[in-house]
Amino acid sequence: MKNTQVAIIGAGPAGLAAAIEIASAGGKVTLFDENQKPGGQLFKQIHKFFGSREHKAGTRGFRIAEKLLQDTEELGVEVLLDSPVYNVFDNFTVGYINSNKEQALQAEKIILATGASENALAFPGGTLPGVMGAGAAQTMINVNRVLPGKEIIMIGSGNVGLIVSYQLMQAGADVVALVEAASGIGGYGVHAGKIRRAGVPLYTSHTVKDVVGENCVEEAVIVELDENWQQIEGTEKHIKADTICVSVGLNPLTELARLVGCDFTFIPALGGHVPEHDKNMETTVKGFYVAGDISGVEEASSAMEEGRLAGIACAESLGLYDNQKASELKQEVWTRLDTLRKGPFGQKRKDEKDKLIKLAEGGEQIG
Amino acid sequence: MGSGIKKTGVPSREELKNIPGVPSEARLEEGPVAFIECVQEIPCNPCEEACRFDAIEVGKPITNLPKLNEEKCTGCGMCVAACPGLAIFKLHKNYTAKTSIVEFPFEYHPCPQKDDNVRCVNREGQFVVEGKVIQVKSPKKFDATVLLTVEIPREYLLEVRSIERKRCK
Repeated sequence: MKNTQVAIIGAGPAGLAAAIEIASAGGKVTLFDENQKPGGQLFKQIHKFFGSREHKAGTRGFRIAEKLLQDTEELGVEVLLDSPVYNVFDNFTVGYINSNKEQALQAEKIILATGASENALAFPGGTLPGVMGAGAAQTMINVNRVLPGKEIIMIGSGNVGLIVSYQLMQAGADVVALVEAASGIGGYGVHAGKIRRAGVPLYTSHTVKDVVGENCVEEAVIVELDENWQQIEGTEKHIKADTICVSVGLNPLTELARLVGCDFTFIPALGGHVPEHDKNMETTVKGFYVAGDISGVEEASSAMEEGRLAGIACAESLGLYDNQKASELKQEVWTRLDTLRKGPFGQKRKDEKDKLIKLAEGGEQIG
Repeated sequence: MGSGIKKTGVPSREELKNIPGVPSEARLEEGPVAFIECVQEIPCNPCEEACRFDAIEVGKPITNLPKLNEEKCTGCGMCVAACPGLAIFKLHKNYTAKTSIVEFPFEYHPCPQKDDNVRCVNREGQFVVEGKVIQVKSPKKFDATVLLTVEIPREYLLEVRSIERKRCK
Protein backbone atom coordinates (compact mmCIF):
# COMPACT_ATOMS: atom_id res chain seq x y z
CA MET A 1 0.00 0.00 0.00
CA LYS A 2 1.11 3.57 -0.73
CA ASN A 3 2.01 5.52 2.35
CA THR A 4 2.51 9.09 3.53
CA GLN A 5 3.05 10.94 6.79
CA VAL A 6 0.10 13.33 6.53
CA ALA A 7 -2.95 12.91 4.31
CA ILE A 8 -4.88 16.13 3.79
CA ILE A 9 -8.38 15.88 2.42
CA GLY A 10 -9.41 18.97 0.49
CA ALA A 11 -7.01 21.17 -1.51
CA GLY A 12 -8.67 24.52 -0.83
CA PRO A 13 -7.02 27.38 1.07
CA ALA A 14 -6.91 25.46 4.39
CA GLY A 15 -5.58 22.21 2.88
CA LEU A 16 -2.96 23.94 0.74
CA ALA A 17 -1.73 26.08 3.63
CA ALA A 18 -1.49 22.98 5.86
CA ALA A 19 0.40 21.06 3.17
CA ILE A 20 2.92 23.88 2.78
CA GLU A 21 3.60 23.99 6.55
CA ILE A 22 4.21 20.25 6.81
CA ALA A 23 6.32 20.02 3.67
CA SER A 24 8.38 23.04 4.82
CA ALA A 25 9.07 21.18 8.06
CA GLY A 26 10.34 18.23 6.02
CA GLY A 27 7.24 16.04 6.25
CA LYS A 28 5.77 13.90 3.50
CA VAL A 29 2.29 15.10 2.50
CA THR A 30 -0.40 13.74 0.22
CA LEU A 31 -3.18 16.16 -0.65
CA PHE A 32 -6.53 14.86 -1.95
CA ASP A 33 -9.22 16.73 -3.84
CA GLU A 34 -12.35 15.50 -5.58
CA ASN A 35 -12.13 18.28 -8.16
CA GLN A 36 -10.00 18.40 -11.28
CA LYS A 37 -8.14 21.48 -10.07
CA PRO A 38 -6.81 22.39 -6.64
CA GLY A 39 -7.55 25.74 -4.99
CA GLY A 40 -11.05 25.17 -3.66
CA GLN A 41 -13.09 28.34 -3.91
CA LEU A 42 -10.05 30.63 -4.14
CA PHE A 43 -9.84 30.65 -7.93
CA LYS A 44 -13.25 32.28 -8.21
CA GLN A 45 -12.39 35.03 -5.73
CA ILE A 46 -11.47 37.78 -8.17
CA HIS A 47 -11.81 40.58 -5.60
CA LYS A 48 -9.07 42.04 -3.43
CA PHE A 49 -8.91 40.53 0.06
CA PHE A 50 -9.17 42.39 3.35
CA GLY A 51 -6.79 42.00 6.29
CA SER A 52 -3.22 43.20 6.55
CA ARG A 53 0.01 42.54 4.66
CA GLU A 54 0.61 39.19 6.37
CA HIS A 55 -2.88 38.07 5.27
CA LYS A 56 -2.07 39.19 1.71
CA ALA A 57 -4.56 42.03 1.96
CA GLY A 58 -5.18 43.93 -1.25
CA THR A 59 -4.33 40.83 -3.32
CA ARG A 60 -7.03 39.23 -5.45
CA GLY A 61 -8.03 35.77 -4.17
CA PHE A 62 -7.06 33.83 -7.30
CA ARG A 63 -3.54 35.27 -7.12
CA ILE A 64 -3.23 33.95 -3.56
CA ALA A 65 -4.28 30.54 -4.91
CA GLU A 66 -1.63 30.72 -7.64
CA LYS A 67 1.03 31.38 -5.02
CA LEU A 68 -0.16 28.51 -2.80
CA LEU A 69 -0.04 26.11 -5.75
CA GLN A 70 3.41 27.28 -6.72
CA ASP A 71 4.64 26.70 -3.16
CA THR A 72 3.14 23.20 -2.94
CA GLU A 73 4.78 22.33 -6.26
CA GLU A 74 8.19 23.64 -5.21
CA LEU A 75 7.98 21.72 -1.94
CA GLY A 76 7.12 18.48 -3.73
CA VAL A 77 3.69 17.94 -2.17
CA GLU A 78 1.88 15.02 -3.80
CA VAL A 79 -1.53 16.21 -5.05
CA LEU A 80 -4.13 13.63 -6.05
CA LEU A 81 -6.92 15.29 -8.04
CA ASP A 82 -10.21 13.83 -9.21
CA SER A 83 -9.85 11.65 -6.12
CA PRO A 84 -12.83 11.67 -3.75
CA VAL A 85 -12.08 10.20 -0.32
CA TYR A 86 -14.98 8.01 0.77
CA ASN A 87 -13.76 6.81 4.17
CA VAL A 88 -10.87 6.71 6.57
CA PHE A 89 -10.52 3.34 8.26
CA ASP A 90 -9.46 2.72 11.87
CA ASN A 91 -5.77 2.39 11.20
CA PHE A 92 -5.51 5.70 9.29
CA THR A 93 -5.99 4.09 5.91
CA VAL A 94 -7.53 6.57 3.48
CA GLY A 95 -9.98 4.98 1.05
CA TYR A 96 -10.36 6.97 -2.17
CA ILE A 97 -11.39 6.64 -5.79
CA ASN A 98 -8.95 7.45 -8.55
CA SER A 99 -9.25 6.52 -12.23
CA ASN A 100 -12.53 4.77 -11.38
CA LYS A 101 -10.73 2.43 -9.02
CA GLU A 102 -10.85 2.08 -5.26
CA GLN A 103 -7.46 2.78 -3.81
CA ALA A 104 -5.91 3.07 -0.37
CA LEU A 105 -3.18 5.09 1.25
CA GLN A 106 -1.65 4.59 4.68
CA ALA A 107 -1.14 7.80 6.67
CA GLU A 108 0.12 8.68 10.15
CA LYS A 109 -1.94 11.85 10.59
CA ILE A 110 -4.98 13.16 8.77
CA ILE A 111 -6.21 16.72 8.25
CA LEU A 112 -9.80 17.18 7.13
CA ALA A 113 -10.10 20.41 5.13
CA THR A 114 -13.25 19.60 3.22
CA GLY A 115 -14.85 23.05 3.30
CA ALA A 116 -18.54 23.83 3.29
CA SER A 117 -21.55 23.70 1.00
CA GLU A 118 -24.23 26.27 0.31
CA ASN A 119 -27.47 26.25 2.26
CA ALA A 120 -30.67 25.78 0.30
CA LEU A 121 -33.84 27.83 0.59
CA ALA A 122 -37.24 26.32 -0.18
CA PHE A 123 -39.81 28.40 -2.08
CA PRO A 124 -42.40 27.67 -4.80
CA GLY A 125 -40.63 27.57 -8.15
CA GLY A 126 -37.32 26.77 -6.46
CA THR A 127 -36.70 23.84 -8.80
CA LEU A 128 -37.02 25.87 -12.01
CA PRO A 129 -33.88 26.11 -14.15
CA GLY A 130 -32.32 29.45 -13.33
CA VAL A 131 -32.48 29.05 -9.56
CA MET A 132 -28.98 28.37 -8.26
CA GLY A 133 -26.59 28.93 -5.40
CA ALA A 134 -24.65 32.19 -5.50
CA GLY A 135 -21.46 30.14 -5.29
CA ALA A 136 -22.49 28.22 -8.39
CA ALA A 137 -23.10 31.47 -10.27
CA GLN A 138 -19.70 32.71 -9.13
CA THR A 139 -18.02 29.55 -10.45
CA MET A 140 -19.85 29.98 -13.77
CA ILE A 141 -18.72 33.57 -14.31
CA ASN A 142 -15.24 33.58 -12.81
CA VAL A 143 -13.97 30.08 -13.56
CA ASN A 144 -15.97 28.91 -16.57
CA ARG A 145 -16.73 32.35 -17.99
CA VAL A 146 -20.37 31.62 -18.62
CA LEU A 147 -23.02 34.18 -17.67
CA PRO A 148 -25.90 32.37 -15.91
CA GLY A 149 -28.41 35.05 -16.86
CA LYS A 150 -28.94 38.70 -17.69
CA GLU A 151 -31.36 39.81 -14.97
CA ILE A 152 -30.50 38.43 -11.59
CA ILE A 153 -32.17 38.50 -8.20
CA MET A 154 -29.81 37.85 -5.28
CA ILE A 155 -31.32 36.43 -2.13
CA GLY A 156 -29.21 37.09 0.95
CA SER A 157 -26.94 40.00 1.79
CA GLY A 158 -24.03 38.30 3.53
CA ASN A 159 -20.61 38.89 2.04
CA VAL A 160 -21.13 36.09 -0.50
CA GLY A 161 -24.37 37.63 -1.77
CA LEU A 162 -22.85 41.10 -1.93
CA ILE A 163 -19.59 40.06 -3.59
CA VAL A 164 -21.24 37.76 -6.12
CA SER A 165 -23.76 40.51 -6.99
CA TYR A 166 -20.86 42.83 -7.76
CA GLN A 167 -19.05 40.20 -9.80
CA LEU A 168 -22.18 39.32 -11.79
CA MET A 169 -22.33 42.98 -12.86
CA GLN A 170 -18.62 42.92 -13.67
CA ALA A 171 -19.38 39.90 -15.86
CA GLY A 172 -22.08 41.86 -17.69
CA ALA A 173 -25.34 40.92 -15.99
CA ASP A 174 -27.78 43.22 -14.19
CA VAL A 175 -28.69 42.58 -10.57
CA VAL A 176 -32.32 43.70 -10.46
CA ALA A 177 -32.88 43.14 -6.73
CA LEU A 178 -31.01 42.24 -3.58
CA VAL A 179 -33.46 40.59 -1.20
CA GLU A 180 -32.71 40.22 2.52
CA ALA A 181 -35.04 38.79 5.15
CA ALA A 182 -33.36 40.62 8.04
CA SER A 183 -33.87 44.34 8.57
CA GLY A 184 -30.21 45.11 7.86
CA ILE A 185 -27.39 44.05 5.57
CA GLY A 186 -25.51 40.93 6.68
CA GLY A 187 -22.10 41.53 5.11
CA TYR A 188 -19.63 44.39 5.04
CA GLY A 189 -21.11 47.81 4.35
CA VAL A 190 -18.38 48.56 1.82
CA HIS A 191 -19.40 45.55 -0.31
CA ALA A 192 -23.01 46.74 -0.14
CA GLY A 193 -21.86 50.28 -0.99
CA LYS A 194 -20.30 49.10 -4.26
CA ILE A 195 -23.50 47.54 -5.52
CA ARG A 196 -25.66 50.42 -4.29
CA ARG A 197 -23.51 52.84 -6.32
CA ALA A 198 -24.17 50.57 -9.29
CA GLY A 199 -27.89 51.13 -8.67
CA VAL A 200 -28.92 47.72 -7.31
CA PRO A 201 -32.28 48.04 -5.50
CA LEU A 202 -32.15 46.70 -1.94
CA TYR A 203 -35.14 45.04 -0.31
CA THR A 204 -34.46 44.40 3.39
CA SER A 205 -37.19 42.70 5.48
CA HIS A 206 -38.27 40.90 2.30
CA THR A 207 -38.27 37.31 1.15
CA VAL A 208 -39.05 35.47 -2.05
CA LYS A 209 -42.62 34.20 -2.04
CA ASP A 210 -42.83 32.61 -5.44
CA VAL A 211 -40.77 32.13 -8.56
CA VAL A 212 -42.77 31.84 -11.74
CA GLY A 213 -41.91 30.60 -15.22
CA GLU A 214 -42.96 28.13 -17.89
CA ASN A 215 -39.71 26.24 -18.40
CA CYS A 216 -37.30 28.50 -16.59
CA VAL A 217 -37.31 31.50 -14.26
CA GLU A 218 -39.29 34.43 -15.71
CA GLU A 219 -40.38 36.38 -12.67
CA ALA A 220 -40.11 36.44 -8.90
CA VAL A 221 -42.67 37.61 -6.40
CA ILE A 222 -41.10 39.08 -3.29
CA VAL A 223 -42.96 40.05 -0.16
CA GLU A 224 -42.28 42.13 2.91
CA LEU A 225 -41.76 40.50 6.33
CA ASP A 226 -42.96 41.81 9.67
CA GLU A 227 -40.80 41.78 12.81
CA ASN A 228 -41.83 38.16 13.44
CA TRP A 229 -40.57 37.17 9.97
CA GLN A 230 -44.15 36.64 8.75
CA GLN A 231 -45.14 37.66 5.23
CA ILE A 232 -47.28 40.79 5.09
CA GLU A 233 -50.15 40.20 2.71
CA GLY A 234 -50.62 42.83 0.06
CA THR A 235 -46.95 43.87 -0.05
CA GLU A 236 -46.06 41.55 -2.95
CA LYS A 237 -43.87 42.94 -5.73
CA HIS A 238 -43.36 41.26 -9.09
CA ILE A 239 -39.83 41.47 -10.46
CA LYS A 240 -38.85 40.25 -13.91
CA ALA A 241 -35.72 38.09 -13.78
CA ASP A 242 -34.14 35.10 -15.48
CA THR A 243 -31.93 33.95 -12.62
CA ILE A 244 -32.36 33.66 -8.85
CA CYS A 245 -29.16 33.32 -6.83
CA VAL A 246 -29.46 31.99 -3.31
CA SER A 247 -26.85 33.01 -0.76
CA VAL A 248 -28.26 32.16 2.64
CA GLY A 249 -25.17 30.84 4.36
CA LEU A 250 -23.02 27.76 4.25
CA ASN A 251 -22.76 24.59 6.29
CA PRO A 252 -19.60 22.62 7.07
CA LEU A 253 -18.94 19.45 5.06
CA THR A 254 -18.39 17.11 7.97
CA GLU A 255 -19.21 13.60 6.68
CA LEU A 256 -15.69 12.23 7.13
CA ALA A 257 -15.41 13.68 10.63
CA ARG A 258 -18.69 11.89 11.45
CA LEU A 259 -17.44 8.63 9.96
CA VAL A 260 -14.32 8.58 12.09
CA GLY A 261 -16.33 9.37 15.23
CA CYS A 262 -15.34 12.94 16.12
CA ASP A 263 -17.42 14.61 18.83
CA PHE A 264 -19.64 17.37 17.46
CA THR A 265 -21.39 20.38 18.83
CA PHE A 266 -24.07 22.64 17.34
CA ILE A 267 -23.06 26.28 16.85
CA PRO A 268 -25.36 28.19 14.48
CA ALA A 269 -22.92 31.10 14.14
CA LEU A 270 -20.33 28.69 12.71
CA GLY A 271 -22.73 27.09 10.24
CA GLY A 272 -24.32 24.32 12.32
CA HIS A 273 -22.86 21.00 13.52
CA VAL A 274 -19.09 21.28 13.80
CA PRO A 275 -16.43 18.88 15.07
CA GLU A 276 -14.91 19.96 18.38
CA HIS A 277 -11.21 20.76 18.14
CA ASP A 278 -8.45 22.02 20.42
CA LYS A 279 -5.95 24.85 19.90
CA ASN A 280 -3.91 22.55 17.65
CA MET A 281 -6.99 21.99 15.45
CA GLU A 282 -6.97 18.35 16.60
CA THR A 283 -10.40 16.74 16.98
CA THR A 284 -11.50 14.43 19.77
CA VAL A 285 -10.16 11.53 17.66
CA LYS A 286 -6.41 11.63 18.17
CA GLY A 287 -4.43 12.16 14.97
CA PHE A 288 -7.37 13.73 13.13
CA TYR A 289 -7.22 17.46 12.58
CA VAL A 290 -9.65 19.91 10.99
CA ALA A 291 -9.03 23.27 9.29
CA GLY A 292 -11.07 25.81 7.38
CA ASP A 293 -14.83 25.86 6.94
CA ILE A 294 -15.31 22.26 8.20
CA SER A 295 -14.41 23.56 11.65
CA GLY A 296 -16.80 26.53 11.41
CA VAL A 297 -17.66 28.65 8.40
CA GLU A 298 -15.52 31.78 8.14
CA GLU A 299 -13.61 33.06 5.12
CA ALA A 300 -10.51 32.15 3.12
CA SER A 301 -7.96 34.16 5.12
CA SER A 302 -8.96 32.45 8.39
CA ALA A 303 -9.07 29.08 6.59
CA MET A 304 -5.44 29.51 5.52
CA GLU A 305 -4.39 30.41 9.07
CA GLU A 306 -6.22 27.38 10.50
CA GLY A 307 -4.53 25.21 7.86
CA ARG A 308 -1.16 26.55 8.99
CA LEU A 309 -2.01 25.78 12.62
CA ALA A 310 -3.04 22.21 11.83
CA GLY A 311 0.07 21.80 9.67
CA ILE A 312 2.45 23.03 12.37
CA ALA A 313 0.72 20.87 15.00
CA CYS A 314 1.00 17.78 12.76
CA ALA A 315 4.67 18.49 12.11
CA GLU A 316 5.22 18.84 15.86
CA SER A 317 3.50 15.57 16.68
CA LEU A 318 5.58 13.81 14.01
CA GLY A 319 8.73 15.12 15.67
CA LEU A 320 9.59 17.47 12.80
CA TYR A 321 9.60 20.46 15.15
CA ASP A 322 10.55 20.53 18.82
CA ASN A 323 7.97 21.89 21.23
CA GLN A 324 9.54 25.30 21.55
CA LYS A 325 9.82 25.92 17.81
CA ALA A 326 6.27 24.67 17.25
CA SER A 327 4.88 26.82 20.00
CA GLU A 328 6.57 29.93 18.57
CA LEU A 329 5.21 29.22 15.11
CA LYS A 330 1.71 28.53 16.41
CA GLN A 331 1.73 31.73 18.45
CA GLU A 332 2.49 33.75 15.29
CA VAL A 333 -0.50 32.15 13.55
CA TRP A 334 -2.79 32.72 16.53
CA THR A 335 -1.88 36.39 16.58
CA ARG A 336 -2.84 36.76 12.91
CA LEU A 337 -5.99 34.67 13.37
CA ASP A 338 -7.13 36.72 16.37
CA THR A 339 -6.67 39.88 14.30
CA LEU A 340 -9.08 38.54 11.68
CA ARG A 341 -11.63 37.72 14.38
CA LYS A 342 -11.87 41.23 15.81
CA GLY A 343 -14.46 43.94 15.38
CA PRO A 344 -18.25 43.76 15.14
CA PHE A 345 -18.10 41.10 12.39
CA GLY A 346 -15.33 38.91 13.83
CA GLN A 347 -15.85 38.95 17.59
CA LYS A 348 -18.89 36.65 17.51
CA ARG A 349 -16.93 34.05 15.54
CA LYS A 350 -14.03 34.36 17.97
CA ASP A 351 -16.33 33.80 20.95
CA GLU A 352 -17.91 30.75 19.32
CA LYS A 353 -14.54 29.29 18.28
CA ASP A 354 -13.31 29.74 21.86
CA LYS A 355 -16.32 27.73 23.09
CA LEU A 356 -15.56 24.99 20.58
CA ILE A 357 -11.95 24.78 21.74
CA LYS A 358 -12.99 24.74 25.40
CA LEU A 359 -15.29 21.78 24.72
CA ALA A 360 -12.57 19.73 23.05
CA GLU A 361 -10.11 20.56 25.81
CA GLY A 362 -12.56 19.19 28.37
CA GLY A 363 -13.82 22.51 29.68
CA GLU A 364 -17.34 23.20 30.81
CA GLN A 365 -20.18 22.01 28.62
CA ILE A 366 -22.36 24.48 26.77
CA GLY A 367 -25.88 24.34 25.42
CA MET B 1 -35.96 51.15 5.41
CA GLY B 2 -34.04 53.24 7.97
CA SER B 3 -30.74 54.89 7.27
CA GLY B 4 -27.04 54.24 7.65
CA ILE B 5 -24.62 51.73 6.25
CA LYS B 6 -26.07 48.69 8.03
CA LYS B 7 -29.58 49.33 6.72
CA THR B 8 -28.86 50.66 3.26
CA GLY B 9 -25.22 50.04 2.35
CA VAL B 10 -24.85 53.81 2.18
CA PRO B 11 -23.17 55.74 5.01
CA SER B 12 -25.48 58.38 6.44
CA ARG B 13 -24.51 62.04 6.78
CA GLU B 14 -24.21 61.45 10.51
CA GLU B 15 -21.92 58.44 10.05
CA LEU B 16 -19.69 60.36 7.66
CA LYS B 17 -19.43 63.22 10.12
CA ASN B 18 -18.29 60.97 12.95
CA ILE B 19 -15.49 59.01 11.27
CA PRO B 20 -11.80 59.94 11.36
CA GLY B 21 -11.19 59.43 7.64
CA VAL B 22 -13.02 62.48 6.34
CA PRO B 23 -11.12 65.76 5.82
CA SER B 24 -12.32 69.09 7.21
CA GLU B 25 -14.07 71.67 5.08
CA ALA B 26 -11.01 73.90 5.35
CA ARG B 27 -8.76 71.12 4.04
CA LEU B 28 -11.09 70.50 1.10
CA GLU B 29 -10.60 74.15 0.09
CA GLU B 30 -6.82 73.76 0.03
CA GLY B 31 -6.39 71.13 -2.66
CA PRO B 32 -6.68 67.44 -3.53
CA VAL B 33 -7.25 65.17 -0.54
CA ALA B 34 -8.35 61.63 0.31
CA PHE B 35 -11.92 61.14 1.55
CA ILE B 36 -12.10 57.82 3.40
CA GLU B 37 -15.68 56.52 3.73
CA CYS B 38 -14.80 53.62 6.02
CA VAL B 39 -17.43 53.48 8.78
CA GLN B 40 -17.36 49.87 10.00
CA GLU B 41 -14.59 48.30 12.08
CA ILE B 42 -13.43 45.50 9.79
CA PRO B 43 -9.97 43.91 9.96
CA CYS B 44 -8.26 45.75 7.13
CA ASN B 45 -5.33 48.14 6.68
CA PRO B 46 -3.96 48.29 3.09
CA CYS B 47 -4.75 52.03 2.96
CA GLU B 48 -2.25 52.66 5.77
CA GLU B 49 0.45 50.74 3.88
CA ALA B 50 -0.32 52.39 0.58
CA CYS B 51 0.31 55.90 1.90
CA ARG B 52 3.91 57.02 1.45
CA PHE B 53 3.28 60.17 3.47
CA ASP B 54 2.05 58.52 6.69
CA ALA B 55 -1.20 60.41 6.26
CA ILE B 56 -3.39 57.38 7.08
CA GLU B 57 -3.19 55.67 10.42
CA VAL B 58 -4.99 52.44 11.29
CA GLY B 59 -2.58 51.10 13.91
CA LYS B 60 -3.47 48.12 16.07
CA PRO B 61 -5.85 46.42 16.19
CA ILE B 62 -6.35 46.68 12.44
CA THR B 63 -10.09 46.93 13.00
CA ASN B 64 -9.55 50.58 13.94
CA LEU B 65 -11.13 53.00 11.49
CA PRO B 66 -8.52 54.69 9.28
CA LYS B 67 -7.60 58.14 10.54
CA LEU B 68 -6.71 60.75 7.95
CA ASN B 69 -3.95 63.19 8.84
CA GLU B 70 -5.16 65.87 6.45
CA GLU B 71 -2.02 68.01 6.80
CA LYS B 72 0.17 65.17 5.56
CA CYS B 73 -2.17 64.04 2.76
CA THR B 74 -0.92 65.22 -0.64
CA GLY B 75 -3.93 63.89 -2.55
CA CYS B 76 -1.74 61.45 -4.50
CA GLY B 77 -4.59 58.91 -4.65
CA MET B 78 -2.57 55.75 -3.98
CA CYS B 79 -4.97 54.75 -1.17
CA VAL B 80 -7.93 55.01 -3.56
CA ALA B 81 -6.68 52.06 -5.61
CA ALA B 82 -5.43 50.12 -2.58
CA CYS B 83 -8.70 49.99 -0.62
CA PRO B 84 -10.21 46.49 -1.11
CA GLY B 85 -13.60 47.93 -0.13
CA LEU B 86 -13.46 50.65 -2.83
CA ALA B 87 -14.39 53.09 -0.07
CA ILE B 88 -11.79 55.83 -0.61
CA PHE B 89 -12.27 58.77 -2.96
CA LYS B 90 -10.00 61.64 -3.90
CA LEU B 91 -11.65 65.04 -3.97
CA HIS B 92 -10.28 68.25 -5.43
CA LYS B 93 -12.80 70.97 -4.68
CA ASN B 94 -11.24 74.03 -6.37
CA TYR B 95 -10.09 72.37 -9.56
CA THR B 96 -11.27 75.36 -11.61
CA ALA B 97 -13.33 78.40 -10.65
CA LYS B 98 -16.55 76.41 -11.09
CA THR B 99 -15.63 72.74 -11.14
CA SER B 100 -14.31 70.05 -8.84
CA ILE B 101 -12.87 66.66 -9.52
CA VAL B 102 -13.72 63.34 -7.94
CA GLU B 103 -11.46 60.33 -8.38
CA PHE B 104 -12.83 56.86 -7.68
CA PRO B 105 -12.13 53.20 -8.46
CA PHE B 106 -14.01 51.62 -11.36
CA GLU B 107 -14.00 47.89 -12.15
CA TYR B 108 -16.61 47.42 -14.88
CA HIS B 109 -16.52 46.91 -18.64
CA PRO B 110 -16.71 48.91 -20.79
CA CYS B 111 -14.52 51.52 -19.14
CA PRO B 112 -14.95 55.13 -20.33
CA GLN B 113 -12.09 56.93 -22.08
CA LYS B 114 -10.48 60.27 -21.38
CA ASP B 115 -12.71 63.20 -22.50
CA ASP B 116 -15.88 61.07 -22.47
CA ASN B 117 -18.96 62.69 -21.04
CA VAL B 118 -20.36 60.44 -18.32
CA ARG B 119 -23.47 60.29 -16.17
CA CYS B 120 -22.38 60.71 -12.56
CA VAL B 121 -24.24 59.00 -9.72
CA ASN B 122 -24.44 59.35 -5.94
CA ARG B 123 -23.92 56.67 -3.29
CA GLU B 124 -27.38 55.24 -4.03
CA GLY B 125 -26.59 54.91 -7.73
CA GLN B 126 -28.98 57.74 -8.68
CA PHE B 127 -28.09 60.08 -11.53
CA VAL B 128 -26.85 63.44 -10.22
CA VAL B 129 -25.15 65.37 -13.01
CA GLU B 130 -23.15 65.00 -16.22
CA GLY B 131 -19.38 64.99 -15.83
CA LYS B 132 -16.30 64.67 -17.98
CA VAL B 133 -13.55 62.06 -17.63
CA ILE B 134 -10.25 63.89 -17.44
CA GLN B 135 -8.01 60.98 -16.53
CA VAL B 136 -8.09 57.17 -16.67
CA LYS B 137 -5.38 55.48 -14.62
CA SER B 138 -4.69 51.77 -14.73
CA PRO B 139 -1.06 50.98 -13.94
CA LYS B 140 -0.10 47.35 -13.43
CA LYS B 141 0.25 48.00 -9.71
CA PHE B 142 -3.53 48.56 -9.37
CA ASP B 143 -4.13 45.02 -10.70
CA ALA B 144 -7.01 45.89 -13.05
CA THR B 145 -8.68 48.44 -10.77
CA VAL B 146 -9.07 51.58 -12.87
CA LEU B 147 -9.07 55.02 -11.29
CA LEU B 148 -11.37 57.45 -13.05
CA THR B 149 -11.00 61.17 -12.52
CA VAL B 150 -14.18 63.02 -13.36
CA GLU B 151 -14.75 66.78 -13.53
CA ILE B 152 -18.12 67.93 -12.21
CA PRO B 153 -19.85 71.18 -11.23
CA ARG B 154 -18.54 72.06 -7.76
CA GLU B 155 -21.85 71.89 -5.91
CA TYR B 156 -21.98 68.11 -6.41
CA LEU B 157 -18.57 67.36 -4.87
CA LEU B 158 -19.95 65.65 -1.79
CA GLU B 159 -22.58 63.72 -3.73
CA VAL B 160 -20.96 62.21 -6.81
CA ARG B 161 -19.23 58.91 -6.04
CA SER B 162 -19.34 56.91 -9.28
CA ILE B 163 -20.76 56.85 -12.80
CA GLU B 164 -23.52 54.86 -14.43
CA ARG B 165 -22.32 51.48 -15.58
CA LYS B 166 -22.60 50.99 -19.34
CA ARG B 167 -23.55 47.64 -20.82
CA CYS B 168 -21.37 45.71 -23.26
CA LYS B 169 -22.97 45.03 -26.61
